Amino acid sequence: MENQNVDRDVKAAIKKNWRLFKQSKIGITGLIIVIFFGFLAILQPLLFLTNIWDEATYHPVVGYDAEKISRTVVECPDQYPTKEYPTREDCPRVDEVNIRYLKAFGIEAEVGDSYESNVQPAPPSSRHLLGTDSLGRDIFSQIMEGSQVAFLLGLISAIIGVGISTLLGTAAAFYGGKLDTYLMRQSDLVLMLPTLPFLFIISAFAELKVWHLAIVLGTLGGLGGTVITIKSQALQVKVKPFVDSARITGGSKRRIMFSHILPNVAPLALLYMVFSVTGAIASESVLSFLGLLNIDMSWGIMIYLSQTEGFIFTGLKYWWLIIPAGLAVTLLAGGFYLVGRGLDDVFNPRLRRR
Amino acid sequence: MSDLLEVKNLSMHYDTLDGNVDAVKDISFSVKSGESFGLVGESGCGKTSVAMTLLQLQPDNSVITEGSIKLDGKELIGLSENDLRQVRWNSISIVFQGAMNAWNPVIKIGEQIREAMREHYPENSKQENIDKINELFKMVGLDETISDRFPHELSGGMKQRAVIALALSCNPKIIIADEPTTALDVVIQDQILNEIKKVQDLLGLSLIYISHDIAVIAEMTDKIAVMYAGSIVEIGPTQAVFESPKHSYTKALLDSTPSIRGEKKKLQSLDGEPPSLINEIIGCSFSPRCPSPSSSCKNQSVEMGLIEVGKDHFADKCCSECV
Amino acid sequence: MSQNILEVRNLVKHFEVSKSVFSRNKKIVKAVDGISFDIKAGETLGLVGQSGCGKTTTARSLCLLDPKTSGSVNFYNPDTKSMESIDKIDEDGIRVFRRNMQMIFQDPYESLNPRWTIKDIIKEPLDIHNIGSFSEREDAVVEILRTVGLTPPENYMSRYPHEISGGQRQRVSIARTLVMKPKFVVCDEPTSMLDVSIRISIMDLMLNLAKELDVSYLYITHDLAVARYMCNRIAVMFNGKIVEIAETEELLNNPIHPYTKRLISSIPIPDPSYKREQYEMNFDELDNIIQNNPNEKMVNIGSEHFVATHETKDFFIES
Repeated sequence: MENQNVDRDVKAAIKKNWRLFKQSKIGITGLIIVIFFGFLAILQPLLFLTNIWDEATYHPVVGYDAEKISRTVVECPDQYPTKEYPTREDCPRVDEVNIRYLKAFGIEAEVGDSYESNVQPAPPSSRHLLGTDSLGRDIFSQIMEGSQVAFLLGLISAIIGVGISTLLGTAAAFYGGKLDTYLMRQSDLVLMLPTLPFLFIISAFAELKVWHLAIVLGTLGGLGGTVITIKSQALQVKVKPFVDSARITGGSKRRIMFSHILPNVAPLALLYMVFSVTGAIASESVLSFLGLLNIDMSWGIMIYLSQTEGFIFTGLKYWWLIIPAGLAVTLLAGGFYLVGRGLDDVFNPRLRRR
Repeated sequence: MSDLLEVKNLSMHYDTLDGNVDAVKDISFSVKSGESFGLVGESGCGKTSVAMTLLQLQPDNSVITEGSIKLDGKELIGLSENDLRQVRWNSISIVFQGAMNAWNPVIKIGEQIREAMREHYPENSKQENIDKINELFKMVGLDETISDRFPHELSGGMKQRAVIALALSCNPKIIIADEPTTALDVVIQDQILNEIKKVQDLLGLSLIYISHDIAVIAEMTDKIAVMYAGSIVEIGPTQAVFESPKHSYTKALLDSTPSIRGEKKKLQSLDGEPPSLINEIIGCSFSPRCPSPSSSCKNQSVEMGLIEVGKDHFADKCCSECV
Repeated sequence: MSQNILEVRNLVKHFEVSKSVFSRNKKIVKAVDGISFDIKAGETLGLVGQSGCGKTTTARSLCLLDPKTSGSVNFYNPDTKSMESIDKIDEDGIRVFRRNMQMIFQDPYESLNPRWTIKDIIKEPLDIHNIGSFSEREDAVVEILRTVGLTPPENYMSRYPHEISGGQRQRVSIARTLVMKPKFVVCDEPTSMLDVSIRISIMDLMLNLAKELDVSYLYITHDLAVARYMCNRIAVMFNGKIVEIAETEELLNNPIHPYTKRLISSIPIPDPSYKREQYEMNFDELDNIIQNNPNEKMVNIGSEHFVATHETKDFFIES
């Protein structure tokens, strides 16, 4: 009987908050983006499980697929224009390959021969929606893999960070005194710390996999500035009459902190959690881009590979190696931020339009 | 004596995300020169909305659907912002609720009052303004040196007196006082109410006093209107309304006010709360809470409207038909 | 002779306020400067005064929310049937104390935890003190909801504070306070934030419950008219001291202390034909007298009517 009532209340509360959230266009946009990428993250294992996709071909790390094309070997002249080629850029043509190029790689061939090679990276086609990379791996599959990494990383680090900062902030507000002073100085220290260089140093000492990065980011975030914000909110709650009422009734300190103060601080903590996901995703892509992480595949790794293999400087010629990954990072990080803004409207009634 | 302020059939609602909130429904009243008019009601009855609308200071999402407000014969609704600025403070000014907190904390009191005066009397010299302010301060019982102080240096009572001086600074003909003494101690409230009466007599001002405090209204006003759920349910001379209240709500209000004088009697209380103003109210808005509704009240089909129950004394139709 | 529930002697509460960030001299604000009074079982004592006079500070000190600076507070322990000092309370004593001494707050909107259901809010005191079994506690909550007029109780149990009105919230506060049947409740202006027309219903409820449960109240208010309705006796506070204390009608009809006279004469009367007598007094003079004669000897001028005389004969000139 009691559980029914509790469920009914939770449902009612969720419905009401959903109605408020719906009114925020920003929040809805963000939510759509997040759901889209969440869908992608789930889609990949499903495709493999149901054998719609063949793992050998489509696996983001070890898959391989490349078209073979056959090109004629020609020798490009030194002087232009000639009868066949109006300008230097026209030689070799798309279906031709210059013999000097082959000689540079130590490949024997004669003019007029057919040279077979693999097209990698390949542009988008019906087989590969976003093309393949230089190792013949499907880009779309990599995007979906990256999505999984991003969600995992983002959510784990956010939960750890918020968990730590809420506990610390509430304790600082509630107990005050030396604990408070210590925690505030600790936050100051963490805030002063430049995060990225610090992460560089850590990665020099330890191999950072996704899990490790999540814990590090979470802990750093949790010990930093959020503690101060949560503490100020907890202080506001602490002086409200209902807390006095609990004290007069004889409630223990633990009861007051956990049953009275924490639940009223939680909405704010939830908000910060969503915002910190943004930071986590962005940090991962930067660290991967700099080659500091030991991850098989993520969006950051994709951009890292494009850069180390020189494709970034080719302009838009190999756009599918750069743009999908970059766009994914921006969109998902931004999406979480927008969701946070939408939640802000729900939890901060003063921001709402009348 | 003709009416200084004439409000006829004023209706206003707020446009909100949840629907239209009918805050003011068909309000009519008039105030003569030198008269004190009281607007009584509890939270949510619409009295502050009326006050704001009189000065055309209502918020952006409010819509005046009908009615007219004539000050000295001149219609206020529909005036341009420029014209309104001429009227505000010069002819009609207001002492807000919580006006003590309406002072800019970084500007001296005197300077803030002079700012208002410069708006309306640009040709006055600074000294003339200072002299005028000193005169006003003397009237409300403030020392001249207050001009050079900052708001945080004054007590609540002093700030409120300064607000009254500010409201008087441009020689208005009528002042609206919206719960001006709510946050003040009763002793200071007494002093300020005395000041207001003194100033009123001296300058021949009209006063609209808005409050939920029956006792203060009894002492400060010549004529009162009782508001409930956005409409006026009873209006008449203060003495008459107190001696023989005709509307159930007025009776309930008077019966629930404790006093330190007179017989210690058992007081009556009302149950429930005022109706939501979002849904359209059919018939008598008070009938759900009326202690003695008649059968026609209960089926909500009574046509509402004020009818005369005594000399200049009007009450809502349904209650004048009850016993 | 009715039993005393509470005996307060020379209660003092000082606050230290530094004048500025850099100053080392701390100014002492004497919020409560030596007050004494008794409250009997079943009696309601009103504590009346203007803002800043120290009445809320007194309330908080009595309920052990803020520790007092000095003075003695003895309360009646129903288990040992004797008066015990709150200074000598040990662990177990605190529990008994907390069960018998409660407080109702002024703001109906902030005195209930917005994240808890009404049922949990009212049940909390029972949970904290481990009274009864689970089902017994639920029954107690239903019972008290009915008593305070929130019927049917099932409608209110699973609601949240923001879903009910101010008056209803105050009833929930009363329910929570009285669910453990305390002996003594401090009421800090419980009706001042409610609509005028529903104040009486809350006050009547409290009066009825006082009779039914034999509870004593310390009713704090700035409104003498409300105090008249609620209280058997009234104590008038000014600047941290009690200047006069007497039975209600006696105080209102025969005030002696100049401050009381001034207070009473300032109150508007809800009757347009009543002519109030103005009582002029210079507050600064009064303040001076009080400051210079801190030992305000309370003189009993008959029938339990005490007046602070500040040991000066000039005091009674105007009476």
